[in-house]
Formats: sequence, C-alpha cells, structure tokens
Amino acid sequence: MSCTKTIRVLIAKPGLDGHDRGAKVIARALRDSGMEVIYTGLRQTPEQIVEAAIQEDVDVIGLSILSGAHNFLFPRVIELLKEKNAQDILVIGGGVIPDEDIPGLKAAGIAEVFTPGTPTSKIIDFIKSHVK
Amino acid sequence: MDIIQSVLNGDKRSIAKLITLVEEKSDDFINILKKIYKYTGRAITIGITGAPGSGKSSLVNKLTRILRTQNKKVGIIAVDPTSPFTGGAILGDRIRMQDLTLDEGVFIRSMGTRGALGGLSRACYDAVKILDASGMDYIIIETVGVGQSEIDIVKLADIVLLVMVPGMGDDVQAIKAGIMEIGDIFVVNKSDKDGADRLVTEIEMTLDLGSSKNSWKPPVIKTIATENYGIVELSENIEKVLKHMMQDDLLNVKRKSRIKQEIISLLTETLIENIIFRYSEKIDMLIEKVLERQIDPYSAMEIIISDVK
Ligand SMILES: Nc1nc2c(ncn2[C@@H]2O[C@H](COP(=O)(O)OP(=O)(O)OP(=O)(O)O)[C@@H](O)[C@H]2O)c(=O)[nH]1
Ligand SMILES: [Mg+2]
Repeated sequence: MSCTKTIRVLIAKPGLDGHDRGAKVIARALRDSGMEVIYTGLRQTPEQIVEAAIQEDVDVIGLSILSGAHNFLFPRVIELLKEKNAQDILVIGGGVIPDEDIPGLKAAGIAEVFTPGTPTSKIIDFIKSHVK
Repeated sequence: MDIIQSVLNGDKRSIAKLITLVEEKSDDFINILKKIYKYTGRAITIGITGAPGSGKSSLVNKLTRILRTQNKKVGIIAVDPTSPFTGGAILGDRIRMQDLTLDEGVFIRSMGTRGALGGLSRACYDAVKILDASGMDYIIIETVGVGQSEIDIVKLADIVLLVMVPGMGDDVQAIKAGIMEIGDIFVVNKSDKDGADRLVTEIEMTLDLGSSKNSWKPPVIKTIATENYGIVELSENIEKVLKHMMQDDLLNVKRKSRIKQEIISLLTETLIENIIFRYSEKIDMLIEKVLERQIDPYSAMEIIISDVK
C-alpha cells in the first residue's frame, strides 16, 4: 500500500432497474485496484445518492443505469451536488446509454460516460487520473 | 467557519470531511481531535457484531428507526474488512439502511479496516469521537464478527450486541471458545428460520455455566429484522442493560479502562516508532550480530533499551 489517499467511490443505481450485476462487476474491479467502494444498492433517488456521497465524503460517484432515464437522473444528481456545494465530486456514468445522448450528459457535468463493454481498466485509469 | 465549529454544530459535510482527515492521518488531525475531545462523552455507543450476513445492518436500521421515534440523533459507523492485498474494500452496509439516508437526525459512514490487520483502525475510534462531539445521542458501530474486530469492539462500545442466527452450529462453538464474554445482549436474528428456540436455549445454557456467582445475565432476544419483529424488545433491553450498568457504576469502569487502553496503545505506538526511528542504524547492526549468532535477540533488545534509558 502506498501513502497516497485512498480513493473512495460511491456506486449507485438510480432509477427502477431490477438488477445490478454490471454495477457489482465494476465495484469489484475498483476494489481490486485499491479503492474503497461504497455500494448503495438498487433504486436510489438522486437525493439519496447525493446525501450518501456527502456523508461518505467520496471522491467519485459512479452512476449506473439501464432503464433509459439517464437524461433526467444524471443531470439531476449534478444539480443537487451544486446545491450542496459539493460539485468537486467527480461524477461518471455507465450503463445502456445511446451515443447521441453522451454529449448532452457531458455538457450537464458528467465527467465521462462508459458504455457496456468498456474494459474496467479504462474506468480505473480515468478515475485515478481525474481525482486530485 | 472553521471545521471544528461546524462539526460541533452537527454539519454533516464537515463531520464527513473531518472523518476523512482522520482516516488519511492528515497534517492537523491530532490538533483538531484534541480540541473536540472535551465535547465528547455524551453519546451512548452500541457495538453490533456477528457472522457475515447475520442481519447486523438490517438490525441497525430497525433499531435506529425506534431511536428516531424517541427523537434521538443516531450516528452509524459500518466497518468492513479492507483487502490486505490491494488496500481496497467493498463497503456494502448502506444497502440495508437506504431508508435512513435522508433522515436529518442520522449520519452513516462506511469505513474499511485499512491497516488494522482485521481489527478496528484508530480512525474508527476517532470517528466515534467526532460523531459524539457533533451531538449524536447514540452511536452504533457495526463490525463483521471475524477475528480481531469483534474483540476490538469491546474497547469502543458501552454495550455490545452479539448477533447469531439459527442453523449455523458453529455459533455456539464460538460462544464456548470465549467470544461470549464480549456480549452484553445476545440477539438471535432470522428467528423465522428453524432452530431459533434451540439456539436461544443453547445460548442461555452456556451463559448459565459462565455466571455462577454473578446474578446478572445478558438477555437473549429473538428478532426477525426484516419483519421488524422483536426490535422494540431489543431496544427496551438495551435501555435495561444501560440502566443496570449505570446503577452498578459498570459503565464508568468500562469507560475508564477504555481510556487506559487508549493511552497505553498511543504510548506504545509512539514509543516504538520513536525507538525504531532513532536507533535504526544500531538495530541494523544488531541484526547482523544476531544473524552471526554473536548475540541473541533478547540481548539485542536489552542493548537498545539501555541506550534509550
Ligand atoms: N429471513 C430473514 N432474513 C433476514 C433477516 N434479517 C436480515 N435478513 C436478510 O439477510 C441478508 C443479510 O442481511 P444484512 O443486514 O446485510 O446482514 P449483515 O450481517 O449486515 O451482513 P454483512 O454486513 O455483509 O456481514 C439480507 O438479505 C437480509 O434481508 C431475518 O430476520 N430473517
Ligand atoms: Mg452489514
């Protein structure tokens, strides 16, 4: 173990998705790369996600969604973070997200969007290079 | 406003930030802890431990909801093991506490054991102090009952709940192996499963064996956390045990020995670090001599100690 800060990541599933296999795979990969992953389970509201992120003082929020409500739910998380003065938290998204939606999400403040099939090493590298 | 004042005011963002400072052993954290220490000592700390998956988080959730109906503020620290190989951890206790997230009077923090080799880290002890100073009435600490962390919980909690479930015969073996001393209350959770009554009887019998002269025996409570069954009884028993501890001055005795432990372990850590740092060359030289069998490790220690004196 090195003496750099342990990166803490909240993995959350907003919306009504029924399963979280993908999120769990990511969670394990992040753990194996030395991060602390707070996993909060299914069906989280943006309000719950942001409050949990603040209490856990995470560096990163990873949002995973399959149900198609990302265009509403992702920006809502960003908005709430701003309200709470916590926009320093990096927010990344994943799940089934059509390419044409990605620019809009990024404009809303999502740092990066990882679609299915992205190697987990890419996500890890992204987090490590973007967390101060 | 400075972080100390905002923590004392109960600001959640500041509480969270200060816990991180402590976990990361950031520059000024000891000075901050010194300043908040005089505001601690008000909260009741409850430790909850038991085998993986026995229902600890579900119980914490339901217990917290009862405390909330009494308008008590509750801080929760959920500890999960850090991988000794990667330093990473999955902290999943929040899954069972989702519905507490937006409650104003609840603060939940998940922590890895980090460097603590299976036990509770220093940061965990300090996080309890931070929550205490922030005005929580109760602080609940959940640890997985494997190895050192369930022994450590005694050093942290005023009252320890030991959670067991029916159908895992090894539980009672564990009691017999001496784990039973740490429990102030025994919770038989998942008592919707076969064998709950038998487990209660087994625990009670084991407790009877251990307490010949002492009239006080820890209560054994059946619960089904998922159905909210037995939780009121559990919370009433917590109050009862606390009352008993206060009447007999046991709580003060416990807290006193906890402070002693803390001072001793701080002394030990600091002294050893100092010695190793100051005498590193000498130690290296002595290692060579021991390797050559010119001297033995005991004499090596005595040589270093006589220098320290
Ligand atoms: N049948 C039954 N299931 C329960 C009961 N209490 C909890 N569970 C379930 O047991 C599983 C584990 O519950 P948790 O509360 O996460 O247990 P835990 O001890 O905190 O688990 P770890 O923190 O992973 O060690 C979940 O699926 C719960 O829904 C109970 O009284 N009866
Ligand atoms: Mg748990």
